[in-house]
Amino acid sequence: MTAVADVAAFATQGPDGVSRLDAAVEGMTCAACIFEIESSLKGLPDLVAARVNYTNRRLSLEWRGEAFNLSAAFERLRRLGYKLHPLDLAASEREEGEAARFLLRCLAVAAFAAMNVMLLSASVWIGNVSDIDPATRDLFHGVSGLIALPAAAFAGQPFFRSAFSALRARRLNMDVPISLGVLLALAMSVYETLHHAEHAYFDSAIMLLTFLLLGRYLDHAMRRKTRAVAANLAALRAPLACRLSEDGSEALVPLARLRPGDLALVRPGERLPADGVIVSGVSELDESLITGETLRRGVRDGDVVYAGSLNYDGALTLRVNAATGETLLDEIERLLDKATEARSRYMRLADRVSRLYAPMVHLTALLTALGWLAAGASAHDAIVTAISVLIITCPCALALAVPAVQVVASGALFRAGVLLNSADAIERLAEIDTVVFDKTGTLTAPEPRVANAQEIGPALLQMAARLAKASAHPLARAVALETDAAPVDGAREQHGQGVSAMIDGVEARLGSAQYCGLEAEAAALGALDPDLSLVAFRYGAAGALLRVRQMLRADARDVVDALQKRGLKVLILSGDRAETVAQAAAALGVAEWRAALKPAEKVAALEALKAEGRKTLMIGDGLNDAPALKSAHVSLSPIAAAQIAQAASDAVFLGDRLAPALAAIEIAVCARRRMQENLALSVLYNALAVPLAIAGMLTPLLAAAAMSGSSLLVTLNALRAGRSAEATRRPAQRALATREAAI
Amino acid sequence: MTVLLFLVPLALALGAIGLVAFLWALRGGQYDDLDGAAERVLTNDDIGG
Repeated sequence: MTAVADVAAFATQGPDGVSRLDAAVEGMTCAACIFEIESSLKGLPDLVAARVNYTNRRLSLEWRGEAFNLSAAFERLRRLGYKLHPLDLAASEREEGEAARFLLRCLAVAAFAAMNVMLLSASVWIGNVSDIDPATRDLFHGVSGLIALPAAAFAGQPFFRSAFSALRARRLNMDVPISLGVLLALAMSVYETLHHAEHAYFDSAIMLLTFLLLGRYLDHAMRRKTRAVAANLAALRAPLACRLSEDGSEALVPLARLRPGDLALVRPGERLPADGVIVSGVSELDESLITGETLRRGVRDGDVVYAGSLNYDGALTLRVNAATGETLLDEIERLLDKATEARSRYMRLADRVSRLYAPMVHLTALLTALGWLAAGASAHDAIVTAISVLIITCPCALALAVPAVQVVASGALFRAGVLLNSADAIERLAEIDTVVFDKTGTLTAPEPRVANAQEIGPALLQMAARLAKASAHPLARAVALETDAAPVDGAREQHGQGVSAMIDGVEARLGSAQYCGLEAEAAALGALDPDLSLVAFRYGAAGALLRVRQMLRADARDVVDALQKRGLKVLILSGDRAETVAQAAAALGVAEWRAALKPAEKVAALEALKAEGRKTLMIGDGLNDAPALKSAHVSLSPIAAAQIAQAASDAVFLGDRLAPALAAIEIAVCARRRMQENLALSVLYNALAVPLAIAGMLTPLLAAAAMSGSSLLVTLNALRAGRSAEATRRPAQRALATREAAI
Repeated sequence: MTVLLFLVPLALALGAIGLVAFLWALRGGQYDDLDGAAERVLTNDDIGG
């Protein structure tokens, strides 16, 4: 490619005159790469810092001044075998990083305080049954208070803020009883310390914060890791557009920097970077990612085209246009908006529990106080007992029950090749009873393949594939997938005809039937399926006709069988023609299918399923699937999917196989069971501990033991979610192995 | 027991030093790339690097 990357488009300018660029590094496989990359960049003029982040496979460059040449840096690394893909880091990702650091700071403070307070508390507990003198006890309580109060004020911020905003919106969430419990425990302890009492609950309050912060930090860190990988993959895929300026020069820019009115050049074999109108050029477009239709559409100047279409034959110049309110994309966005409203009504398991839990706890505390007063206890004793009920019911285990499982399950999903977009997807995924597939690009592999590879001699096929590697034509790319060998040297491409080269002194040609002199053979094949393309290959006297078509993913049949065996109903909803869909459905053993559906009709079909009381998992990749993905109960899309479709789905899976989708369901079902067990465990804990507190028999020692015991139990149970998922993810992992090496 | 008046603050001060050191390291970005940091310790970039 002759165009150079537009430096200004990627870099962000800092306030101190330092420019900064983040890029995903492709080809970084081992730790030695860190030093190779950093030392190769060291000599560049005006470079302030070049630092590799090995954890998320990224390089950040900082420079100040004019002398720095970004293209030169890219070129140096390219020669070493590393490809840089500039990241257009979303502001949300930077904020996430800040939030994670804040959580870790809170956790550090809380853990420090908890350790020291616990040290003092343990002395008091032991002293209370032996010979501690009241003055020493008061000293220890006082010092505990001095540590715990500022620490809780700092480390409790995430909970207090969330509780406050929930209360302001007149809702109750899990953070309300947590905040209340912590604040009351601290207030009561201060009061008791000042009155030289035997018991103080500083340790309970601060230990609770530590446990909860730990759970929250791990949850956050796991999601951040998943997002970073997803962002890298997005950068690796198709982030650059070739923009033509008025004077005819070309520059590579990120898609987001294309503005309406810009001219963009699209070469054969590339995907269209944006919606627009063709200004010049004639070509055929594969719009299967947009409409699900596998037949190619011939386009010429004046035609309206959509982002994500694959350009086949000729170079096109495109004028990027803004939404006019009438295109396919506008219709899809309208449908998406509608579906988003429906989705946000889902209530998470933990929220459902806390809505029930919080009022019940507060009521119990109130009844306890009233009960003791009625029984003739003093106001002080009644209030202390009521507060101790609130402390013991402070939902430590309950608040950990779901996030702990979530951390373990999203880790298992990550290893199975499924990247989660939304946090509650696991819960929704576990509830499904129907699986709806899109056909093109989901059940079929995203790239067309050679269907009759077995009929052609391996030597001939190998040569054809090596020759095909020299061409950018999409059909040639399908042929090129048949070999791992290097491309043929000295290949020449005749536009619209094919590609030729000398192999061992004999001319080899790959292209149309005429170009290879195989018209008679091609004609003998008779009328072909409309979605099948012929690629001819001629080597001296030998010749072959390769049939290229969309093929089912290698394990599609197995996955569909496994899904049906689990008792799930499987359907196909496709935008493609009926004959093609019928063929695929028959091959997969799917009885129910519908073809030639428009985006709105797909949504309607899903709504009909919902009306029957079914919970659907939609798996699809096309732009036309996006509204359906959003309106389904939960949705998955392959990594090769259109960007809008990926954004609309709850998770993205990697690799050329469907197995990760099956693994995702299995892991989710298992995770949900662990969540329910955990919730049951924490209810059981409350059932045991609350009567003690109501009876006024609770001591700080008992509270500490009960709280940490139940939290540990819940966490250990959560770990099982990863272990039982282990067995199911093996097949999926094999499929991933090749893919992961590239990340 | 007056020794406690001396020992408890001392213990706390020692702990606080550790906490401050951690927060300082966190602010400096030393926890941003844990895998990389584990490998970087093996380089010899201080010898003629």
